[in-house]
Amino acid sequence: MYRIVVKKRLAPEITLFEVEAPLIASRALAGQFIILRIDERGERIPLTIYEADGTQGRITIIFQEVGKTTKKLSRLRVGDSLLDLLGPLGRPTTIEKYGELVAIGGGIGIVPLVPITKALKEAGNGITTILGARTKELVILEKEMRDLSQEIYITTDDGSYGEKGLVTDVLERLIGQKEGMDRVLAIGPLIMMKEVCEITKREKIPTMVSLNTIMVDGTGMCGSCRARVGEENRFVCVHGPEFLGEEVDFDELLVRERRFQREERIALERYEEELKSAHAQAEARGED
Amino acid sequence: MPRQRPEERIKNFQEVALGYSAREAREEAKRCLSCSPPPCKEGCPVEIDIPGFISYIKEERFASSLKILWNKNSLPAVCGRVCPQETQCEAWCILGKKGEPLAIGKLERFVADWGRSQSAKIKIQKSKFRTIKVAVIGSGPAGLTTAADLANSGYRVTIFESLHLPGGVLRYGIPGFRLPKRVLDFEIEGIKGLGVEIQTNMLIGKVLTLKDLFQQGYKAIFIGTGAGLPWFLGIPGENLNGIYSANEFLTRVNLMGADRFPEYDTPVQKGRRVAAIGGGNVAFDAARVARRLGAEEVTITYRRSEKEMPARREEIEHAKEEGIRMKLLAQPTRFLGDEKGWVRGMECIRMRLGEIDESGRRRALPIEGSQFIMEVDTVVVAIGQGPNPLLPSYTRGLETAPKGHILVDEDGATSILGVFAGGDIIPGEPTVIDAMGQGKRAARAIDRYLQRAGGK
Repeated sequence: MYRIVVKKRLAPEITLFEVEAPLIASRALAGQFIILRIDERGERIPLTIYEADGTQGRITIIFQEVGKTTKKLSRLRVGDSLLDLLGPLGRPTTIEKYGELVAIGGGIGIVPLVPITKALKEAGNGITTILGARTKELVILEKEMRDLSQEIYITTDDGSYGEKGLVTDVLERLIGQKEGMDRVLAIGPLIMMKEVCEITKREKIPTMVSLNTIMVDGTGMCGSCRARVGEENRFVCVHGPEFLGEEVDFDELLVRERRFQREERIALERYEEELKSAHAQAEARGED
Repeated sequence: MPRQRPEERIKNFQEVALGYSAREAREEAKRCLSCSPPPCKEGCPVEIDIPGFISYIKEERFASSLKILWNKNSLPAVCGRVCPQETQCEAWCILGKKGEPLAIGKLERFVADWGRSQSAKIKIQKSKFRTIKVAVIGSGPAGLTTAADLANSGYRVTIFESLHLPGGVLRYGIPGFRLPKRVLDFEIEGIKGLGVEIQTNMLIGKVLTLKDLFQQGYKAIFIGTGAGLPWFLGIPGENLNGIYSANEFLTRVNLMGADRFPEYDTPVQKGRRVAAIGGGNVAFDAARVARRLGAEEVTITYRRSEKEMPARREEIEHAKEEGIRMKLLAQPTRFLGDEKGWVRGMECIRMRLGEIDESGRRRALPIEGSQFIMEVDTVVVAIGQGPNPLLPSYTRGLETAPKGHILVDEDGATSILGVFAGGDIIPGEPTVIDAMGQGKRAARAIDRYLQRAGGK
């Protein structure tokens, strides 16, 4: 079950897997996600379904190594299996014809951006894309987004690719130049989505964001993923992951995102120690 | 019954009550008056022949005793531990009129544990084997009971569970010191031994719909998806870091093993000053888990007095022995955080008891101007939960009550033909054993329905 059949490195510390999951593949729609567990002691983590191939019975996930679980995940090989895979979860994106749409993706947030933009393009929307990353090699899925877009702009923090700066710089410029921006879709780090929404709120452009909060069950049972949206507490796993950006309390989410920072660091350091000692032992045995 | 000493048990997640020895069980069983008709049976939602199983204990014929339990109940080791016998079978026991009622629950546990020690297996009644498929959604007490009863009646039952392990609230909700996971595992294995298939990681409503299940050839469906919607207080500061729903806090520990972090990957904050809000078993479970995680000061905050607490007396006593404090007649009004967004204080208002309300308990009324602040760094909100809305919201034609419970008739039948429901997803707040009783009722109704529908 849930065998990894394709593995690709998209960038340093960003990996793509195609995983056998026929039922999920036959059901998944743009905007949905899965929850996986690697092994018996593993935690449950949510990841976007990047692509679902119902015919081949495979889903594609793309993830960045940010903690122990994603580091461990990246070490799995073709032929290995995931212990648990649950999905498709979350509400699919509402696909409508809005008109002219600006799709903004930051870092690993470009992963959900692709399938959602694709579905929106198929519904007849015009797409302008802004991608942002720390540095050149972390600009992933550029070609995929380019193929969907009339125009594409790329920014990097260090100026190693595209223009030096932030996606919001381009957005501000486009707002000055462009007529009729009907809708914005922004997916990326919380701080990026927050800043995009500050601009679009001012300009009264409806903006959809996709949240990636800490989850346990992913079925609305625990409330770990709760976020203040408008006047209400919403569960990202079942009410989301997409919300109207102007209603999201990003400041609260920025705090909640750090709930387990300390524990995440402990787990990661411990894991890296384990890897090091395993490596040293292997060397001592004269292996690679 | 011997118990782990409080100062020991707060350092581990091992079971508190250690169980009878064979001699103790026999001695206790001998107290049974074998009344005819037995009043205790009236108090058992799953209709166990109580004098029957007890009479075999007297004779030390434990295998025969176990057979009688299994006749009606596939989860005796679970029930012997978590049932509120004091308000059920034991409340009807004649011995209770003058002294201590017979310890029916502890005897049930003894027999079930004996069976586990012998790796005893429930026999399959193959003579009635049929090929009709029935789907059970949710593997909590209601679902497991329905599945076991239907399998015993010869149906081919598949349970669909959304989590990665079966058991529902018995798995994620009830901590190991009340219900060891190996005890649960054994009884679930027993149910699988009846021919029940369990598919985990299957969220019905999302992955497959009820319609899909019917199309796959399931002739009837039982919904036992439970109370999977945590309630929050809805007061300022509730999303501060360090504030958990009881479901989250308990799931992290019971299902994911967060008490063993970093050996296990899922973390939980251990807390120094922990407040558990609520007066039910779940609040007590959360408080006692927090204590075992190493919290120095654990307080249960409840808006009424101890008398009104819905928790079992035994759990309240155990908690007190473990040094858990009670802040009674107090209701949180807001949470206070530090500059980094972590909860540091909880403002409460003192309450007084007024008239009896619709729940039959005295209403709690705030005393104006009586606010005070408790220092806390971890809070677990255990004020109850609603029915899991996911399946009803994705199922057209399934009638629900205003609070989201699935409406059923006296047989457990829903508004959709061939679909039945029981447990926390239907109105009422059943205990584990009530949910099992509802599962039993539904299994019977499903059998009747399928026989009428032409299956045989």
